[in-house]
Amino acid sequence: MNVVELKNISKSFGNSLANDSIDLAVKRGEIHCLLGENGAGKTTLMKILFGLYSQDQGSILINGAEVEIKSPRQAIELGLGMIHQHFMLVGRLTVTENIIAGREPRRGILIDYAEGMRQVKELTATYQLSVNPGARVEDISIGEQQRVEILKALYRQAEILILDEPTAVLTPQETGELFAVLKKLKESGKTIIFITHKLKETMAISDRVTILRDGKKVATIATSATSPTELARLMVGREVILRVKKAAAMVGKTVLQADHLTYYHKKNNRQLEQLSFVIKAGEILGVAGVEGNGQQELEELITGLSRNSQGKIFFKGKDISSWSIRERRYAGIGHIPSDRLKRGLIPDFNLEKNLILGSEWQQPYARKGFLDYKVIRENSKVIIERFRIKTSGSQALVQDLSGGNQQKVIIGRELRREPELIVAAQPTRGVDVGAIEYIHKLLLKMREEGKGVLLISAELDELLSLSDRLIVLYEGRIVASGNTVDFTEAELGLLMAGQGRGGVKNGPTE
Amino acid sequence: MNELLALIFNLNTLAAALRMATPLALAAMGGAFSERAGIINLGLEGLILTGAFAGVLGSYYSSLPWLGVLLAMIAGGGFAALFALFTIRFKADQVVAGVGLNMLALGLTTWLMQVLWGSRGSSPNVNGLPEITIPLLGRLPFVKVFFIEQSPLVLIMLVVIIAGWYLLFKTPLGLRIRMTGDHPTAADTVGINVRAIQYFCVIFSGVLAGLGGAYLSLGHLNWFSVNMSAGRGYMALAANIFGQWNPLGGFAASLLFSFTDAVQMRLQGLNLSIANELIQMLPYLLTIVVLAGAVLRSRPPEALGKQNQGGDE
Repeated sequence: MNVVELKNISKSFGNSLANDSIDLAVKRGEIHCLLGENGAGKTTLMKILFGLYSQDQGSILINGAEVEIKSPRQAIELGLGMIHQHFMLVGRLTVTENIIAGREPRRGILIDYAEGMRQVKELTATYQLSVNPGARVEDISIGEQQRVEILKALYRQAEILILDEPTAVLTPQETGELFAVLKKLKESGKTIIFITHKLKETMAISDRVTILRDGKKVATIATSATSPTELARLMVGREVILRVKKAAAMVGKTVLQADHLTYYHKKNNRQLEQLSFVIKAGEILGVAGVEGNGQQELEELITGLSRNSQGKIFFKGKDISSWSIRERRYAGIGHIPSDRLKRGLIPDFNLEKNLILGSEWQQPYARKGFLDYKVIRENSKVIIERFRIKTSGSQALVQDLSGGNQQKVIIGRELRREPELIVAAQPTRGVDVGAIEYIHKLLLKMREEGKGVLLISAELDELLSLSDRLIVLYEGRIVASGNTVDFTEAELGLLMAGQGRGGVKNGPTE
Repeated sequence: MNELLALIFNLNTLAAALRMATPLALAAMGGAFSERAGIINLGLEGLILTGAFAGVLGSYYSSLPWLGVLLAMIAGGGFAALFALFTIRFKADQVVAGVGLNMLALGLTTWLMQVLWGSRGSSPNVNGLPEITIPLLGRLPFVKVFFIEQSPLVLIMLVVIIAGWYLLFKTPLGLRIRMTGDHPTAADTVGINVRAIQYFCVIFSGVLAGLGGAYLSLGHLNWFSVNMSAGRGYMALAANIFGQWNPLGGFAASLLFSFTDAVQMRLQGLNLSIANELIQMLPYLLTIVVLAGAVLRSRPPEALGKQNQGGDE
């Protein structure tokens, strides 16, 4: 029995065709993954189903009956619930208020908060979605906020739940908890559509999977009858090497040394305490940790975005603790920022201008105070070609590029300066599989060329496959460090949650 | 010295402050509703002025002051609907549209006054609202000054403020309004009609500001004069921010502003050897000081002034 059936759905935005005659059939009570790279049209398709977009052509059948869904309100009435990638929650309202809004229990003309609270508690008990109904949403963790989103849908009696990249914001532990909840929901007869670009998750959670590529449906297959390699091939359209191969490290001199870095941020109470580590030429040092445990502060301190720390930073033997960002960049530190649209790029500037940011007053891009656009354009052509940036040309606005190509713009710009050390923070976040593969290759190439890499990442797979050594941050401290080969994924997960035994694993940190 | 203080700080001063706070508090509550729904309403000034004019107009032609009050509310709501059309439907810049509304209201009322009454300064006297005394409350010790020979609009204002607080914080509509101003897309996805909420709130803010204007021209005085609102719309916006986008807070802030104003007037009456102009500055000085402090700690609706882009139409 197909609970949802999409037939021949097409949708275009301007000139680009986001969905091209897509068919999708979802059975009652299954977990159905919608797999595809960023920009493959997964979210667009689901937004059409949820009434946020209207399709240009095609029809939607719910429980076998053709329906027209013009608004989320109609979708909700048909038993659909959507958990968006960016949570649709109001921080200053309570959990209960967020859940009941739009369908409030009443007592006379007033809201019956006690009744609302009771219903929320009942739902949390039934589905084991523990969350405090009286807490303000802004005070609870991301994982709990996601549970509130699921509760919102359940409160509206959703039978079909659509989750858009739900694990993107979660820690490995929280992902495990979410999967348990989803299985519980499935047991109670709910149907789940799970949007993702992660192969591992697809394999772990789904009964069937539909793969989209470039707005077209590629295939629907039973998960038990496929493999990650096959899924990757269907998703990208060519063979993808999932595991990177790397040569043994050829370690050289020390490039960067952090000596008892201590930093205290008054405003958000975050800190770094007594961080000491070394990065040598030709190696990748991975920084593991759940977001918000000091990674961003570390990134800022090394690149010079913030400087008021105690302790010292040495770059090639020189104390650079008080150097400005520019001095550090010129000395040979490259930076791939964790927030690429805020710190790495100017989204409404074109490609060629973004590619000279930080060098814009230097030869050969500027001469006698004027920009030399010929040289600038030439530079962008070189980088576009060398880093295989998919774009209409050097005049294209960076905001119109896909996440992966935006990231390539940053990497191209930084590597063009030939840095000795690159600080790569979340280099593959929100980037599709094909581009991830390429970015990984580039980082390994830097390592082979004898440069140092500081890799800050929330992706355990990435850290385990790329880094030579690892440090684990928890609440601003290094709770464990050692050679990557000595850590298992499970162990790392525990350490990141502050529960592992910690300490120095076999190898020394220096 | 004590006698001097007693002359200034007494129940009569407070009663005067309450009266003067009436248009401020009403407009501030209008601001609270509009901004809680995400729309910056800089047009409060013009809406008060429109209300004041329409009030006199209604009373002039019908000789019924209450009809004037009704007309003031309709005119305020109507002008606000125009503002809503521009800012919500056509997504015009809210600040620019608000300032435009103020200029339009000033020009229109001044011009109409010349056309109708041939006067550049003020309208003829009309029937104002009679003052009333509340039977029981008027006999209570101390607080009776608030209820003896009081303008009915002052009492209506108190009721409206309390009702407004309930509406905003205790009813389904209020929850939806607060959600709209903080996160319109979230409201949209749970099936709340964001546009309708915003139209309602902006028009309601016009009705409230219009009522505030009617107090100026029919409660406090019984005629209309050019630019009668005299910056009260801006003071109301300040009171709204200081009051944390809450009708009760806005009322408290309005009371503080108007109390300073009342004190200032008393001080002028005492013929102190200070220039009157300096004394007149007091309320505005207080507004600046209070706001500088309040803005630091205040937390406006998250989506205030941002256009809602729900759906793909």
